Amino acid sequence: MSGFEWIVPVVLTVITAATPLVFAGIGELITEKSGVLNLGVEGMMLVGAVSGFIAATVTGNYFLAVGAAALAGAIMAFLFGVLTLSLMANQVATGLALTLFGVGLSALMGQEFVGEPVQALAKLDIAGLSDIPFIGPIVFGQDALVYLSFFMVIVVSWFLYKTKGGLILRAVGDSHDAAHSIGYPVIAIRYMAVMFGGAMSGIGGAYLSLAYTPMWAENMTAGRGWIALALIVFATWKPGLVLVGAYMFGGITILQLHAQAAGLNVPSQVLSMLPYLATVLVLVLISKDQSRIRKHAPACIGKIFHPAA
Amino acid sequence: MKLKHISSLFGAAAIAAGMLMGSAASAEDKIGFIYVGPVGDHGWTYRHDVGRQAVQKEFGDKVKTTFVESVKEGPDSERVIRQMAADGHKLIFTTSFGFMNPTLKVAKQFPDVKFEHATGYKRADNVSTYSSRFYEGRYVVGKIAGKMTKSNVIGYVGSFPIPEVVRGINAMTLAARSVNPNVTVKVAWVSTWYDPGKEGDAAKALIDQGADVILQHTDSPAPLQVAESRGVWAVGQASDMSKFAPKAQLTAIVDNWDGYYVARTKAVLDGTWKSEDTWGGLKSGMVELAPYNSAIPADVVALAEETRKGIEDGSIVPFAGPFNKQDGSVGAAAGEALDDGVLLGMNWYVEGVEGQLPK
Repeated sequence: MSGFEWIVPVVLTVITAATPLVFAGIGELITEKSGVLNLGVEGMMLVGAVSGFIAATVTGNYFLAVGAAALAGAIMAFLFGVLTLSLMANQVATGLALTLFGVGLSALMGQEFVGEPVQALAKLDIAGLSDIPFIGPIVFGQDALVYLSFFMVIVVSWFLYKTKGGLILRAVGDSHDAAHSIGYPVIAIRYMAVMFGGAMSGIGGAYLSLAYTPMWAENMTAGRGWIALALIVFATWKPGLVLVGAYMFGGITILQLHAQAAGLNVPSQVLSMLPYLATVLVLVLISKDQSRIRKHAPACIGKIFHPAA
Repeated sequence: MKLKHISSLFGAAAIAAGMLMGSAASAEDKIGFIYVGPVGDHGWTYRHDVGRQAVQKEFGDKVKTTFVESVKEGPDSERVIRQMAADGHKLIFTTSFGFMNPTLKVAKQFPDVKFEHATGYKRADNVSTYSSRFYEGRYVVGKIAGKMTKSNVIGYVGSFPIPEVVRGINAMTLAARSVNPNVTVKVAWVSTWYDPGKEGDAAKALIDQGADVILQHTDSPAPLQVAESRGVWAVGQASDMSKFAPKAQLTAIVDNWDGYYVARTKAVLDGTWKSEDTWGGLKSGMVELAPYNSAIPADVVALAEETRKGIEDGSIVPFAGPFNKQDGSVGAAAGEALDDGVLLGMNWYVEGVEGQLPK
C-alpha cells in the first residue's frame, strides 16, 4: 500500500471538482438534445448557487436548499424559453444575455449573504462502510449530491435511449418540422427540456455554494458553466461521455495542483490549459469524422422553430 | 403612444436638468473610487470601500464619495474613469493594477483632476501611485508559521508568479526558516486571483502533500475553509477571515487604506496635493494583522509582536542578508539588504521554497 495512500485524497478532491460539471453538463445535454442551445449555463448556475445558499442559511434544511436551487435554475431557464421559444429570439444572443443577467441577479440576491459561512453538506456514511480503507471513503463516504449526479447520468441515459419520451425528445431535436407534422408539441417539449437543463445547472451551482466551497461569493462559478458547455461537444452529446469528460476536466485540474505541490517542474500554465486543449483536440477529431457528429449531435440545434412555416 | 414617448423625453430632460442643478448647487467636493471587484468580495475591493467610507466619515458633508464597482480592467475602465473625471470629481482613486494605462490616458485629458492609482508604477503630474508592503505582514506571519508547523511543510496558494506574489512567498519563507531551519515551502499556482473552487483545491493538494500551515495570495476564503475542515492552520488574506475558519485562522494580513485615503483627500481639499509614490507597510498602518488566534502559544505571539515592532521601528528588515536564493547563489550578503528596486522586480525564490518558479 505504501506510496499509494495519496490516491484517496486526490480522488476525493477530483470528485468534488467534477460534480458541478456533471450536473450542469447533463442538464444542458437534454436541452441541446431537444434542439435548443442555451449558453446561459453560467448564469443559471450562479442563480442556483445563491438561491441554494440563501435557502440553506434561512431554513437550515439542505433538502429545501437543493430544491430552491433547482427551482431558481428552472425559472431562469423558463425565462430563456419565453424569449427564444415563444418570442423566437436568437438563442445564442439570449443565452449570453442570460449569463450576464444571472451574474448580476445572483450578486444582487446574495448581497446580504457575502461573508456568511454555512455548514458544508454532510458526507454520508453508507451502511457504515466508509471506514473501509481505500474504497470506503470514495465509494461510500460522499455527500448526497455526488450520488445524485451519478444517478442523473444513468436516468438521462436511460431516458434518452430506452424510453419513448427520449425518442420524441431526440426527434424534436433532430427535425422539429417532422416532429411537428406528426403531432408532437415541439415548443412544449422544448420548454420542458430547457427547464430540466436549468434545474440541473441550478443544482450544479448549489453544489459549489453548499459542498465544494460552502459560502456565497459573487461569480463563484468562475467559468464552470462554460466548461460544462464545452463538455457536451467533447462528449459528442453522449451522457456517459459527459461524465467521463467532467472527471477528466476535474482530474487534470487537481493533478496539476498536486504536481506543483510535489515540486514537479511542469509549467502550471500548460497544465491549466490541458482540459481546454483536450476539448479543441476533440473538436478537431470530431470534425474530421462527420459521421460521428451526425449520429449524436441534434440536427436542429440553435434553429428557431416556426410552426407556421 | 406618441404622447408617451414625448412625456418620457420630458422626464429624461427633467432628470438631466435636476442633476446639473444638483451638482452646481452643492459646494461639496466629489471624490471617486473605481473598483475592480464587487464591494462584497470580502477581500481586496471590500477593504478599499472601507477606506472610502472612512473618507466620507472624516469629512462629512464637505465631500461626496462615489464609487463604481466591478469595473473590468482595460478599455471599459477608461470609459468609466473619463465619465467620473468629466462629472466633476476632484480626486479619483483607481484601485487595480490593470487600470494603470487608462488612468494615465484620462489624466492627460483632465489636468485639473487628481488621480491616485493603486499598485502601478507610472506617474504623471496629476497621477500618484500607492501600494502596500504586504510582504512585511507576511514576514511576521512567517515567524508564526515556522513555529506552528509540525510537519515542517508550509503550503502557499499563489495566484500569478509576479514579483508582488513572489516577494510575499520569499518574505514568509525567510521568516519561517529563521525560527525553524527545517521548514520547506510548497507552492501551488492557480492562475487566477479569484476562483473559490480552485483555490480550495490547491489548498487540499498542499495539505495532502504534508503542509500543515496554508498561506494564500488569492482573494477568496476558500483555502481557509479547507484548512478548517482538515484541521490545519491558515492565514487570512486582505481582510479578517476568521468567520470562515474560527479555529484555523492564525491571523490575517489586513489591507488598511483608511489613513492614506483620508490624508490624500485632505491634501486635495487643502490644495497641497502633489504627485507622489507611496509604498507603505506596517509602520504606516497600511498593512495590519488581524487578532492572533488564541491557540497560538504566548511565546510565539510575543515573537510575532517583537517582529512587527522591529519592522515598524526599522530594526528588523525582512530582506536583510545573509540568505541564499533557491539555486544556492547569494540572495543578499550579511549586513546587506535588498533595495526597493530589487524587491519590485523579484523573480526568483529564496532557499527553502520547493519547485521551480513558473516563468
